[in-house]
Amino acid sequence: MKQRGIKAGIVALLTKAETELPHDVINALRTACSREKGIAKIQLEIILKNIQVARHTGRPMCQDTGIQSFFVTAGVKSPYLSGLTASITAAVKHATTAIPLRPNTVDPVSGKNPGDNTGEHIPAITWDLCEGDDIWITVLPKGGGSENMSRLGMLKPSAGLEGVQQFVVEEIVKAGGSPCPPTIVGIGIGGGADLAVKLAKQALLRPVGQRHQNRRVATLERKITQSINASGIGPMGLGGKTTVLDVHIETAHRHPASLPVGIVVQCWADRRATMVIHADGTWEVK
Amino acid sequence: MEYHLTTPLSPEKIRQLHCGDIVYLTGEVFTARDKAHYLMLQKRRQDIPFSPSEMALYHCGPLVKKTKAGWQVVSAGPTTSNRMEEVMGRLIRKYNIPFIIGKGGMGRRTREALRNHVGVYAAYPGGVGALAADAVQTVRDVFWLRELGVLEAVWVLTVKEFGPLIIVFDAHGRSLLHNNAEHQ
Repeated sequence: MKQRGIKAGIVALLTKAETELPHDVINALRTACSREKGIAKIQLEIILKNIQVARHTGRPMCQDTGIQSFFVTAGVKSPYLSGLTASITAAVKHATTAIPLRPNTVDPVSGKNPGDNTGEHIPAITWDLCEGDDIWITVLPKGGGSENMSRLGMLKPSAGLEGVQQFVVEEIVKAGGSPCPPTIVGIGIGGGADLAVKLAKQALLRPVGQRHQNRRVATLERKITQSINASGIGPMGLGGKTTVLDVHIETAHRHPASLPVGIVVQCWADRRATMVIHADGTWEVK
Repeated sequence: MEYHLTTPLSPEKIRQLHCGDIVYLTGEVFTARDKAHYLMLQKRRQDIPFSPSEMALYHCGPLVKKTKAGWQVVSAGPTTSNRMEEVMGRLIRKYNIPFIIGKGGMGRRTREALRNHVGVYAAYPGGVGALAADAVQTVRDVFWLRELGVLEAVWVLTVKEFGPLIIVFDAHGRSLLHNNAEHQ
């Protein structure tokens, strides 16, 4: 369905993200539910029921509707680049009352909440450029409970990939039930401190079940997944086989003296949605 | 075991609950996040406009909507309980709170306070906000809305068959947390 009005498009994008989970996440939760028993299974069953109810009633599945994080890949020839930041901000304000969203942005100095989910640097927008005239926007509403479990490790290069695995597994096991497991763990390896954490967050945009194209990285993703799930933390930290639904790694070249590892955790409500704005001003939420 | 309980909860009812039991709660709960916990600690007991000992405390900052008919709860899952670990024990002692609902587990101090004051800590699955809101029948009251804002205010909610609430700390000092991993 093609429609006009970019702000309206971004509100539709936010509505979809907050009220419907992507199929890859639902499928992973269903698979986990079929493997679990006891309290772990009871919790996954009610999580799946909640997903259904939220979708049917058009309500946010979780009351923590998050901080809105946008990832924009903009075609350099798009006529809609100018004013896009303002449209995104206006859409977030509108969505706050229209969907509604919980007012979540707080001034870190005064402690005041403007009540519209915007503020300094927020909504957070990560920009990327591409050829062509389409603009792709993905939104990742990010809840506080899972975001609080983000970590940065500046490892010694001699620790190698084994050191990376050990660091991530330790941190996720330490996090226990706090980030609402079963989670998706995003990991950024390399770059500098900022890039490692940024890549870790961007890794969450990849569908659950999709492996990194580099075989060694894909193997590391599998090993970390198995190792965390062997811990027995389980759904909500109350025991079980499924602590993570998936682990995604992104990499960047590093300084010879550094091995930065960023971790960003996403709760089971791995909410994300993508839209495209075409050069003629029409848009589609995918 | 599965229990269907109604507030207020007597010590006899609380004592019969054990780790891993599942409760569906009917009656009154009040929500409280970080700020409400500190405010309740500052205030004198007689200045609190509701009765914590006759309700369940719910670690939750609900998503609410104001309609012509009044406040409506849209989504209301639990928030991470561990943020309140620092003050939870003192709050339990001060107000005799018999039933705490949250997510993610809590620490040793809360577990011991619950044992000493005959209370339980129960987990409701995190993120299950829409279903939790469906268990809310009415918003009975809201306190400190102006001081704390909608998110941190205390909402007194009438709930029906709210659950599954999984007993994580029982009144006998036991814990369901994996490997007894408690927050510090």
